[in-house]
Amino acid sequence: MAEVWTFAEQRHGMLNEVSFELLNRGKKLAEKLNSPLTSVILGYHIRKDDVDELISRGADKVYVVDDKHLENFLVEPYARVLTSLLGEYNPHIFIAAATTLGRTLMPYIAIKKKTGLTADCTFLDIEENSNNLLQTRPAIGGNILATIKTPNTRPQMATVRPHSTKPAFPDRNRKGEVIYKKYNNEIFKSRTKFIKFIKDESQQVTVQDAKIIVSAGRGIGKKEKFKIIDELAEILDGAVGASRDVVDRGWKTYPHQIGLSGKTVSPLLYIANGISGSVQHIAGIQTSENIIAINKDPDAQIFKLADLSIVGDLHEIVPLLIERIKEYKAREVKR
Amino acid sequence: MEIIVPIKQVPETSNVKMDEKTGTMIREGVESIINPLDLYAIETAIRLKEQFCSEITIISMGPSKAIEAIKEAIAMGCDKGILLSDRKFAGSDTWATSYVLSQCIKKIGNFDLVLCGERATDGDTAQVGPGIASFLDLPISTFTSEIVRVEKDSIQVKRLVEGGYELLDIKLPAVLTVVKEISNPRLPTLKGKLKAKEIKIPIWGPQIIDAQDDCLGLNGSPTRVVKIFTQKISREGEKLIVKDEDGLNKAIDKIMNYLISKDII
Repeated sequence: MAEVWTFAEQRHGMLNEVSFELLNRGKKLAEKLNSPLTSVILGYHIRKDDVDELISRGADKVYVVDDKHLENFLVEPYARVLTSLLGEYNPHIFIAAATTLGRTLMPYIAIKKKTGLTADCTFLDIEENSNNLLQTRPAIGGNILATIKTPNTRPQMATVRPHSTKPAFPDRNRKGEVIYKKYNNEIFKSRTKFIKFIKDESQQVTVQDAKIIVSAGRGIGKKEKFKIIDELAEILDGAVGASRDVVDRGWKTYPHQIGLSGKTVSPLLYIANGISGSVQHIAGIQTSENIIAINKDPDAQIFKLADLSIVGDLHEIVPLLIERIKEYKAREVKR
Repeated sequence: MEIIVPIKQVPETSNVKMDEKTGTMIREGVESIINPLDLYAIETAIRLKEQFCSEITIISMGPSKAIEAIKEAIAMGCDKGILLSDRKFAGSDTWATSYVLSQCIKKIGNFDLVLCGERATDGDTAQVGPGIASFLDLPISTFTSEIVRVEKDSIQVKRLVEGGYELLDIKLPAVLTVVKEISNPRLPTLKGKLKAKEIKIPIWGPQIIDAQDDCLGLNGSPTRVVKIFTQKISREGEKLIVKDEDGLNKAIDKIMNYLISKDII
């Protein structure tokens, strides 16, 4: 029976939570198709706990390819192994996360398989009667949504935007099948060599992974003033974001840039400070669950998108807000 | 060193106006520009040219109007360009687009590096760069933020990933997609503009690049658009105006209550 596959992504030996979000998506599709749900994991010294976790989160089957050549993501061996697995089992659907890894690996595979791939989907469903996968994604700067299908070729492939759904809930009693696959060295050949990973301390919490993002635009005034934004992000355990304008001025580095030419994010809470709300910025944040905007200009576009709008000076409001959150947290600890 | 830079002409979206009623973009009077993210690939190519006496070829698939984009890249400092234009190319998805661009690169033949923008600001898929690499069966570094070192037959790059950077050594020829962090695009020069004005941009169709008809356009595209719709972007929640100290305290209370009610703190 044709299966629904999800790619279980690991980085530095750690299973990424986005893998459980994919299982949540996959489970709904597999139920509608009455198909088994399968996860595929590639890596080195893959922990049995991680494999079990995939089963408890909904996988009926897990294919494991464990080899030292797969320790770090390299597109050639990863693509060859997956192309071979896809050829052997012919799943109907194969989804991965729209991370830097997924957005590199999936197009490389889709070309080899001569099949369709839809990028950065925020919604997946099954079309009645045809059983085709319906893939919905924002396009043209998030101003429109397009639903796309791959009617004639298999697998139907999609990358799914991280945080666009909740992770599947674990059920420790679930049982599943684990299949270890072995390959010879030929398949692991790579013209790219991984030298090392360089951690960026300013990305302790990355904007793509963050549940809360505190962001600032030109209204922050100057680079030094960013301290209050950094501090607010820190007490909320959030990440720091910036508008294009601010990054172009060199007040924050590019990994923090949010919007069309930066990162598209969908956190639980987005706080926009002194951001006017250009189309290009709004496109990057509109799937956020809650948006609070602080801006001096009562006509700022950002207020159209905000759940709570404060017309005022962020330099007065943010420091006071930091104090109040600190007080609140101190009280909560005492309780 | 021979460099090929595939670019795309896109509608200028940074100052775009939205139709408030339908929630769609107002296209009339919207200018066509080089995909802003391709400028970083062009700049990177020009810097390599300055260091290694490279020749840069710009390629683009699109209507004849896309010649403007190619000429602009030449005005910045690239050497020549090829436009891929034919009715048969229309309606191509990322698979078919990657096919046409890679066939063109095969036809050009001699190259060390293909430099692409991270993605186009209209389609926003980021799939064509890796697609070209896959068709050409070449290694690729996506989201490249720095070229650390160029050797005779390899290149060392840094790529921007979640939480940091990866340092990679890649054998040449290779494909790189680059992010904004890699460079600061220059403006066209007067000399470049004069050159761009004079230069002839050849237009290549399916025969020249030995393309198979069943891999082109809508017929060659595995995906189909089912529907396009708009999402209401406006939520317009509560608005508070801070005029004085009292207003300030009220605003802070409001934010605190919001954070608490949504279980955020």
